[in-house]
Amino acid sequence: MNGPIPVGRPDYLRDGSTLRSWLFTTDHKRIAILFAIAITFFFFVGGAAITIVRMELVTPAGDLVSDDTYNKLFTIHGIIMVWFFLIPSIPATLGNFLLPLMIGAEDLAFPRINLLSWYLYMAGASFTLAMLVLGGVDTGWTFYTPYSTMFSNGAVLVAAGGVLISGFSSILTGVNFIATTHTLRTPGMTWFRLPLFVWAMYATSLVMVLATPVLAMTLVLVMAERWLGLPFFDPSRGGDPLLFQHLFWFYSHPAVYIMILPAMGVVSEIITCFARRRLFGYSFMVYALVAIAVIGFFVWGHHMFVSGQSAYANLVFSFLSFMVAVPSAIKVFNWTATLYRGSITFEAPMLYAFGFLGLFTIGGLTGLFLATVPIDIHVTDTYFVVAHFHYIMVGGAVSAYLGGLHYWWPKITGKRYPEAWARFAAILMFFGFNLTFFPQFVMGYLGMPRRYHVYPPEFQVYHVLSSGGAAVLGAAYLLPLAYLLVSLFTNERAGPNPWHAKGLEWQTTSPPPRLNFDRQPIVPNVPYDYHPKGGPVEREETANGDAA
Amino acid sequence: MTGLRLTLPEASINAHLVDIAFLVICGIGGAILLLLLGLLLTFIVRYRRGTSARRGPLPEIWSREIEIGWTTATIFVAIFIFWWFVGASQPPPHNLPGQLEIHVVAKQWMWKTQHPGGAREIDSLHIPVGTPIRLVMTSQDVIHSFYVPAFRLKQDVLPTISTALEFTPTETGSFHLFCAEFCGAQHSRMTGTIVVMSESAYARWLRRQPHGDSLVREGENLYAKFGCGACHAPDSQVHAPKLAGLAGHPVLLSTGAQANADDAYLRRAILEPRADIVAGFSPIMPSYGAVADTSDVEALIAYIKSLPVEGKPR
Repeated sequence: MNGPIPVGRPDYLRDGSTLRSWLFTTDHKRIAILFAIAITFFFFVGGAAITIVRMELVTPAGDLVSDDTYNKLFTIHGIIMVWFFLIPSIPATLGNFLLPLMIGAEDLAFPRINLLSWYLYMAGASFTLAMLVLGGVDTGWTFYTPYSTMFSNGAVLVAAGGVLISGFSSILTGVNFIATTHTLRTPGMTWFRLPLFVWAMYATSLVMVLATPVLAMTLVLVMAERWLGLPFFDPSRGGDPLLFQHLFWFYSHPAVYIMILPAMGVVSEIITCFARRRLFGYSFMVYALVAIAVIGFFVWGHHMFVSGQSAYANLVFSFLSFMVAVPSAIKVFNWTATLYRGSITFEAPMLYAFGFLGLFTIGGLTGLFLATVPIDIHVTDTYFVVAHFHYIMVGGAVSAYLGGLHYWWPKITGKRYPEAWARFAAILMFFGFNLTFFPQFVMGYLGMPRRYHVYPPEFQVYHVLSSGGAAVLGAAYLLPLAYLLVSLFTNERAGPNPWHAKGLEWQTTSPPPRLNFDRQPIVPNVPYDYHPKGGPVEREETANGDAA
Repeated sequence: MTGLRLTLPEASINAHLVDIAFLVICGIGGAILLLLLGLLLTFIVRYRRGTSARRGPLPEIWSREIEIGWTTATIFVAIFIFWWFVGASQPPPHNLPGQLEIHVVAKQWMWKTQHPGGAREIDSLHIPVGTPIRLVMTSQDVIHSFYVPAFRLKQDVLPTISTALEFTPTETGSFHLFCAEFCGAQHSRMTGTIVVMSESAYARWLRRQPHGDSLVREGENLYAKFGCGACHAPDSQVHAPKLAGLAGHPVLLSTGAQANADDAYLRRAILEPRADIVAGFSPIMPSYGAVADTSDVEALIAYIKSLPVEGKPR
């Protein structure tokens, strides 16, 4: 659409093929690929850890691994999935790749800082791998004091050090995205013409920049108490064990929004494209994103209803938690309304987006139980909470990540993925996920505590169902790994815009050149302009010129 | 594998309230979920590509009103649930007449409980049905959490700091006690049994227990052993605050602030005596944290609370 491709211009994948040209690249697209390889590796490491946990839980007795090993396995699963997969997942891969493309820029504002961000992630990741080699850590991903500082025998310092370093990677990515969105928008790309994905990256970046330093401080205090014996959290020497929980959740609740806001951005892109419809209530969607990012900073106390904090604090945090549910609900309504009068097709990305809608809604609605103090007192630290946050983080964030990966796969690699396999995997994942996590709501309400190696036999039925679901889910995750890798070696060229989508990223070649666009794009219109004259323009009608 | 279990006994007043709240939110949430899934399915079928459904533009003003409408409705639902559960859940009144105060000490990986008469248990707790119970809990090491699903109650148990849990059991039977806060290698084995008995059965059970000293008795012995009276006795030559009648009363501090001599204050006064200096006294008391363990401190507090104004134990 930008005229003929200049002769001999390589795409970014062919622009240098040495290892050096990858490891010292400042191209946001190549850095996105580096991140994608690293987080995929960690996703399967974290998945392997929880596979053993789910196998152990098939029987009530502790007959597969020892209690200490069990505790280390769920800790490793948590640390890796939260900090080395979910937090960087969409921002560092899809965000890194797409943010400059979507706003018509040549790269991020600080390309070398972007590379530094990947090296910091890898440094943190190597600490985490060292932690595994040194025998693991058994504190849970939450590092609660005084257990983590005075009692645990695991490699707490190494684990906390790894998370600390990877946090700086998040901060740098956030700063980079904010600067890029402010300064590098192409002519015509006003704030209210930004695709929702860019808004989501912007809101996520604000949370990363404001919340992650608090995590860094908290981990430094933990390391200082464990290493140097400084009594920040030891109550027998005047410290406060609850101080840790306040600081930790002040980061870790907003961290949930670091995981889910990008997912909301991805889903907005997919639903508009496959419903051939403008986003319903665009400006409300933007305000809702910002509202979630802001209110998300004031709800951390709902993790501490049974910690001994005052009953009045509990009520305030409960009220604010109900309030943060409102913008999330509005987003779900808007996505649903976007389908109204659309022209819907059911490619794999759309199936993932539908999966996201259902699972995120269940995750969000079960949040209402947890915001209600007396119910939370009963179900906190049980499998009910485990199920709730997996519906948000796996049912929501991972579904959206995979949906986005399929949607932009042609852009990133220039190849098409096998549609039938992809649809099968998406559907299998949806059923496997529900079979794994729905029984956990039930057993959680019946009183099954989380992080239990052995458990009373009356919960076995639910654990067997859950482990069976986990096996299905595991298979469904391996499928895309296989067929996406195979697709790289096929000759099925995707073309610049296989979905006939409207975003700027589709106006350049697939894969894009080193500097993204052969000619600077200009934005004349609102985003998601799928039905300029009213009704949706069918794909066939827009196909002229796209199939270059 | 035992059969599918779908219900949990409601063995306290609180349990019933929690279940009602749970069902109400299930109803509201279920209605929202059904509405959304219904719309989603309708749209998917009606507006899939190739159908002849109308696909004209939406009037801008219309979509704006819809947005404002469902935003308001969602805020209303959220505030309604909040308002409703705050109204429905009254905090248990403190110091009910006939309340049984039981001390709980948690440690890796066991629960130690002590009845007012001195009877002690490990990993179990016998209580009479229909009697208001107050558990006063501390931990000797890390954070634990006292969780009884049948009562729908949970309270973290913190090192040094004491927390309390109040409830009235309404059903006899044996119920699970779990530690719900991860506390180390054998966290999942830090479990026990709550046995709720009829009042007469509880009285019989209590009589059969080997009677150690009551907590107050034990505190009195420790008071003598640690030589607390050398300074705190009414006729002591050392200028130290008198303990008789202190518990539960306001104390003026040297900073000019006023503190209430509750359990937490007394515990801090024993473990960190220099944190709060009573007005008119010198900071001369050493910390007893090194010699008195968690249960000793509990016993000393119980003894101090038993002292009437005259200076003799009740």
